[in-house]
Amino acid sequence: MEIDPFIFRFSIFILSIFIGYYVVWSVTPSLHTPLMSVTNAISSVIIVGAIIAALAGEAENIFDTANIFGFLAIILAAVNIFGGFLVTQRMLAMYKKKKKDIK
Amino acid sequence: MISANLLAVFYLISGVLFILALRGLSSPETSRQGNLFGIIGMAIAIGVTIISVGNFSTGFLYLLVLLLIGGSIGAFIAFKIPMTAMPELVAGFHSLVGLAAVFVAISAFLNPEVFSLGSPGNIKVASLIEMSLGAAIGAITFTGSIIAFLKLRGIMSGSPITFFGQHYLNLILGIILVGLVFYLCKSQADIWFWTIIIISFLVGVLLIIPIGGADMPVVISMLNSYSGWAAAGIGFTLENTALIITGALVGSSGAILSYIMCKGMNRSFFNVILGGWGATDQSSSNQLKEQKPVKSGNADDAAFLMKNASSVIIVPGYGMAVAQAQHALREMVDALKKNGVKVTYAIHPVAGRMPGHMNVLLAEANVSYDEVFELEEINNDFANCDVAYVIGANDVTNPVAKTDPQSPIYGMPILDVEKSKSVLFVKRSLSPGYAGIDNDLFYRDNTLMLFADAKKMTEDIIKSL
Repeated sequence: MEIDPFIFRFSIFILSIFIGYYVVWSVTPSLHTPLMSVTNAISSVIIVGAIIAALAGEAENIFDTANIFGFLAIILAAVNIFGGFLVTQRMLAMYKKKKKDIK
Repeated sequence: MISANLLAVFYLISGVLFILALRGLSSPETSRQGNLFGIIGMAIAIGVTIISVGNFSTGFLYLLVLLLIGGSIGAFIAFKIPMTAMPELVAGFHSLVGLAAVFVAISAFLNPEVFSLGSPGNIKVASLIEMSLGAAIGAITFTGSIIAFLKLRGIMSGSPITFFGQHYLNLILGIILVGLVFYLCKSQADIWFWTIIIISFLVGVLLIIPIGGADMPVVISMLNSYSGWAAAGIGFTLENTALIITGALVGSSGAILSYIMCKGMNRSFFNVILGGWGATDQSSSNQLKEQKPVKSGNADDAAFLMKNASSVIIVPGYGMAVAQAQHALREMVDALKKNGVKVTYAIHPVAGRMPGHMNVLLAEANVSYDEVFELEEINNDFANCDVAYVIGANDVTNPVAKTDPQSPIYGMPILDVEKSKSVLFVKRSLSPGYAGIDNDLFYRDNTLMLFADAKKMTEDIIKSL
């Protein structure tokens, strides 16, 4: 009997929820805001779907409705990726600066 | 081109790097490295996807241009945004993830061959369910986050909007959504797919409007979680492990934050979601407070009290963020330290408008993070402290949470400000906080009310020190 590939993906999904559960509980409460901004940035990995959708087909296809939605999704995700990681970086840098002050 | 197996391995690597990114946040020392892992993971995912598509024609050029445009907008916002506006920013970003998920789902529905899900009109049933879920959750995240953004920004009133039969309406819409997914799978007709998206947009609005301003930390965390589940739904559609892992991580992260925020208010998740809190006993508290005498003071009194104290605990709240008083506050603390006063900060889990909001603001003002304590760590210290300086916080210090079972905030963990020898309240007026309840502390003998803008008062105190 063959196992449906869906079951494999579902297993990855469930195990990732558990990893997420334990990893997030270990996040210090003072970094909860950066946690939100970084999760925001990484969830924009949805851009991979957007890229596939946008670049599908031949050159003349790129203005098909499906491709255009892909391109729109790329812009949205790009705002999020850059914005999310950079604002996280900016916040975390402030936490770092303090550490130097103490020493 | 790149083989499907190798591609899957790269996506797995991205997923692992994202886990390490979150893991890094367990302490400020490792957090920046964690963020770097996240960036590398993202770069790998994007890079291998572009290579695997292998289409370097005009479309690729558009891709680069759009990445650049989106990236510049994102970078511009990231550098310009003031730290006080963090909750709005995060809400805004959530809405983008939600909308991107909707767009990708639409694209997959219109052109399923690209993702090998079948052909238009003959898409695999499992894929249809997955993409409808992804699109529906994405759409709810989008409009829900927009409403949250408008409320946080103050464009929309923070008070809950409720109407008769609201929860039944949501329930009915939920059932309709399930029915629509069923019909979509049966008939494959476009119309059901579009209807699912439109109804989900509506549900997003309806879900968030009844939730009041003070519950925003829960709402933001919840939308954070939704954006994760939306990504996971799309991940299943596209059979992409990086998306599934990330979606699960983000989904559980948001869920845990929601739980922590609810616990911080001693309320059940459903109680918050069903909303409408804080609109109830405003009238009764208004009558009470007119009769009671209040001691109010000025900056000189406050400076005198704090200068002669041996230990001071600062309790910041949302009011500090609104007044942008964090820098002035840090200067005041520096001046106090010069006078040999021991100063620490106490942060309630739900202070501010998002989890960890106060910590970021204090970090921005160069407050060292080892002077900042969470509720459990510091609550016993109030008994030995001379002065508690409450700046822009109210409900989280209200002793009524311990004494009056009738009170809406009964059972909420509070900072035991009342136990310190004297309490300084910086507040613009006696008005009750978001919970709409009067604070007994205002009328205590050892309380001195400082009626002023948080920033102005703090600056005046610095002058008097």
